[in-house]
Amino acid sequence: MPRPTSSSTLGSLVLIAVVIGGSGASFAYTAGWLSPDQLTPTRLVAALAPPSGPVAGHRRNHAKGICFTGSFEANGAGLALSKAQVFQKGSYPVIGRFNLGVPDPMAVDGAARVRGIGVQIATPDGQEWRMAMINPPFFPVASPQAFYALLVASGKKDDPNAMKNFAAVHPEIGAFGAWAGSAPFTESYAEERFNSLDSFTFTDGLGADHVVRWSLVPAAQAVSVSKDDLAKRSNDFLEQEITQRVAAGPQRWTMTVTVAEQGDPTADPSKAWPDGRRTVDVGTLVASKIVAEPDGPCREINYDPTVLPSGIHTSDDPFPSARSAAYAVSYDRRTAEAAAYPTHGGAPQ
Amino acid sequence: MNRIGGRFTGTQRVLHWGMAVGILAMLFIGVGMVSTVTTSYLALVSIHKPLGVAILVLVVLRIAVRLRSGTPPLPVDLPAPVKLGATLSHYVLYLLMIAMPLLGWGMLSAAAYPIELFPGVFLPAILPQSDSLHTLLWNLHRALAFVFFAVILLHIAAGLFHALVRRDGVFQSMAGGSIPDEPSVSTAAE
Ligand code: HEM
Ligand code: HEM
Repeated sequence: MPRPTSSSTLGSLVLIAVVIGGSGASFAYTAGWLSPDQLTPTRLVAALAPPSGPVAGHRRNHAKGICFTGSFEANGAGLALSKAQVFQKGSYPVIGRFNLGVPDPMAVDGAARVRGIGVQIATPDGQEWRMAMINPPFFPVASPQAFYALLVASGKKDDPNAMKNFAAVHPEIGAFGAWAGSAPFTESYAEERFNSLDSFTFTDGLGADHVVRWSLVPAAQAVSVSKDDLAKRSNDFLEQEITQRVAAGPQRWTMTVTVAEQGDPTADPSKAWPDGRRTVDVGTLVASKIVAEPDGPCREINYDPTVLPSGIHTSDDPFPSARSAAYAVSYDRRTAEAAAYPTHGGAPQ
Repeated sequence: MNRIGGRFTGTQRVLHWGMAVGILAMLFIGVGMVSTVTTSYLALVSIHKPLGVAILVLVVLRIAVRLRSGTPPLPVDLPAPVKLGATLSHYVLYLLMIAMPLLGWGMLSAAAYPIELFPGVFLPAILPQSDSLHTLLWNLHRALAFVFFAVILLHIAAGLFHALVRRDGVFQSMAGGSIPDEPSVSTAAE
């Protein structure tokens, strides 16, 4: 069988090897395998883990929580900002989750500084709006990279300078520290104001964009509890309290949307917007039933803040993208470990 | 004799090269998106889903075309095990073109995520929420992605081998260009 001369064959084989090797290398580069310092979702999630390691089967952050069901009662006013069906006057089903901003599902309720809520609202057009909000008025840091650096620094318990060095580079942490040190603790999830912190873009029916943040403002009067008093409460007092309170009657929060003005720091959740911004009350979140998490409907929901209906999309805030990537990793992990977190009714499906 | 008869039809060639670009893009987008927390994460995910579904639609079309138009025969002098390898690897490629998008669609369904292809356009869930199904499909989507890339590299290497070393017209049957009808002549010329 005639064949090309061996030297041209060799050249061809080298060329083929270069093409294949180059493709493999660019694939590895794209996958980040050649950049050990790149902040990947996996590294971000790993940094959340407590010193004893992540708790199998549970969320990698905000691990302790309790489910609720209820509704979102839209008053129609939100249509001025977004065409999403969720703002049309009406009642839409909600699956939510009250939670503590810690990676330990056995955490003591009174010890957690940050309390959160996950909310999923479903509308008849088949769309969903998922959100995960917390009670501080601003986020500790200005970027996902800074959040990672904060997790790394606060994990270095044996290095007294780690946090000092971090604060020198990220002075915005000071405001959060001041809030954490001075804000009163309430006795109930029902008394918390939860804030989106991140900004999002609402698009109205005419196609105009409005960059907004929103809050859930509690109807219940806040009763503050002293630190000493908190220490005496049972480990799960927040969960017990909300279970009893909701059993006695539905709990409500007004959803207030704040519209940014030109020049407001829309990309930086560590900075509150100035007072006096236009706000629109768009409806009421109602929690009408509490269900424990192991068998609850919120357990398998990833409250990914980028699950948005048409009429809402992400803004220039860099957090939602990082959160979406990290929450997916957390979800992939915890669902793979579901056997470690049995339901009360038996083994998970 | 080396020369093979015939070529793939124009439709087949357009489908082949269009999908080749699409699939390679999907593989790079896939590994790229899961390794970043920047805003390109959301941008890449929003390309990954519709492009993946487009590949599913195209592969169905492509298989139908292939059943109708057939394929040109491989050179008769290609050793039988190599022919078998070629045939099998092509089946594996078709299987992956079907499996990867279905796994992606299935795993998002099993995770109860809304699957938005374009603003306001959603795919229906094809599975109920299930931790175990999600985990199975997710592991498969990930593992088979690497198998896919490996088989594609092998396929490219083989194609180039036909083009540059064997010069037997197999490459041209898909690429176009003149089929070297007398390889012994060109060989002798070198
Ligand atoms: C880059 C920054 C952040 C990272 C890496 C991060 C990470 C995480 C992770 C891994 C989870 C668990 C997700 C799951 O398994 O379903 C989670 C849950 C949560 N996060 Fe974040 N987070 C970030 C920023 C924020 C911000 C800015 C807020 C609030 C404005 C927030 C509020 C919450 C809440 C309320 C939950 C619990 C949701 C639920 O009940 O499932 N997070 N976070
Ligand atoms: C030809 C078709 C496809 C190819 C070649 C492909 C390839 C990939 C690759 C290489 C990854 C990264 C795996 C890793 O490193 O972890 C990935 C991830 C992913 N793919 Fe695909 N994919 C395809 C179709 C789809 C479709 C149709 C969907 C959805 C409708 C989809 C959804 C996803 C999602 C959500 C992830 C991220 C998974 C996670 O880590 O949570 N894929 N894909």
